[in-house]
Amino acid sequence: MIWTAIIATSVIAFMLKYLGQAVPAAWLENARIQKFALYLPTALLAALVAVQSLGSEKNIVFDARSIGVVVAAVALFLKAPFPVVVLLAALTSAGIHQL
Amino acid sequence: MSRAIIRDSLSVSITVGVYGIAFGAAAVEADLSVLQACVLSLLTFTGASQFAVVGVLGAGGSALSAVTAASLLGVRNSFYGLRMAPILQVRGAKRLAAAQITIDESTAVSVAQEDKGLDAMRLGFWATGIGVYIFWNLFTFLGALGATALGDPAAWGLDAAVPAAFLGLLWPRLISKSARIVALISILMCTLLIPFAPAGVPVIACALIPFIFAFVGDRK
Repeated sequence: MIWTAIIATSVIAFMLKYLGQAVPAAWLENARIQKFALYLPTALLAALVAVQSLGSEKNIVFDARSIGVVVAAVALFLKAPFPVVVLLAALTSAGIHQL
Repeated sequence: MSRAIIRDSLSVSITVGVYGIAFGAAAVEADLSVLQACVLSLLTFTGASQFAVVGVLGAGGSALSAVTAASLLGVRNSFYGLRMAPILQVRGAKRLAAAQITIDESTAVSVAQEDKGLDAMRLGFWATGIGVYIFWNLFTFLGALGATALGDPAAWGLDAAVPAAFLGLLWPRLISKSARIVALISILMCTLLIPFAPAGVPVIACALIPFIFAFVGDRK
């Protein structure tokens, strides 16, 4: 199942990249389509943050990992670079697991 | 001039490459093998989509949910291709190669050279795309290998590293008030759907929010 997901994702990812180079420009230049494309990654990434930090199977939980993400948000707010943000989140969660 | 562009490309490539460590580790945490992590980086080669695949699979989602979430995130690359096509003017095998490295960073560095002319924009695109490709794949391998050596991922806090990485990808997109509203509604809607929908589906459902924003709201 993992291999199926990997290959299918790769094929579709390539087709999407190629599509932009190959289709007539007018197809994608519609203002509403542009607006949709601008906010689509924002919505999906926000949703992934929510699921990955608050979801556990079908339950909403607030655990060590959630606190790690809160620390990451504070680090981002303070303009910390990406590796520091990820490391702080991991250290927070690991620290709480050790308690 | 071209030396400055290559220097920019290289610094972007190395910085982004470091995200590859986080991706390699996240893939292993989601029970992918080192080989599977590396194949994703080599073939898919678009970071947010790769994180989505391992995020959804790791949460117990189906292959279909994982592929759908990843593909929705990949839609933006079509728009980058559209922007780059008249600048690159490539055909055949070169166009296939250009398509594979059409990502956030190669497009951003290229567009940043706009005042320096077409040659500078082409150089920025190719140098950044190829540079990120090399470092992203190298660091994915190292991250996956490292995480495999660590053993229990939760003990090392890798369970928090994945959502923190998503947050790091989201953060630079929150520059406008509209973007922050979209993100907030998405977080609320997705969280509320967790108890009711199969894993992965709450994420895909959130594609509705920008859809409504763009097609139902007033034209701006």
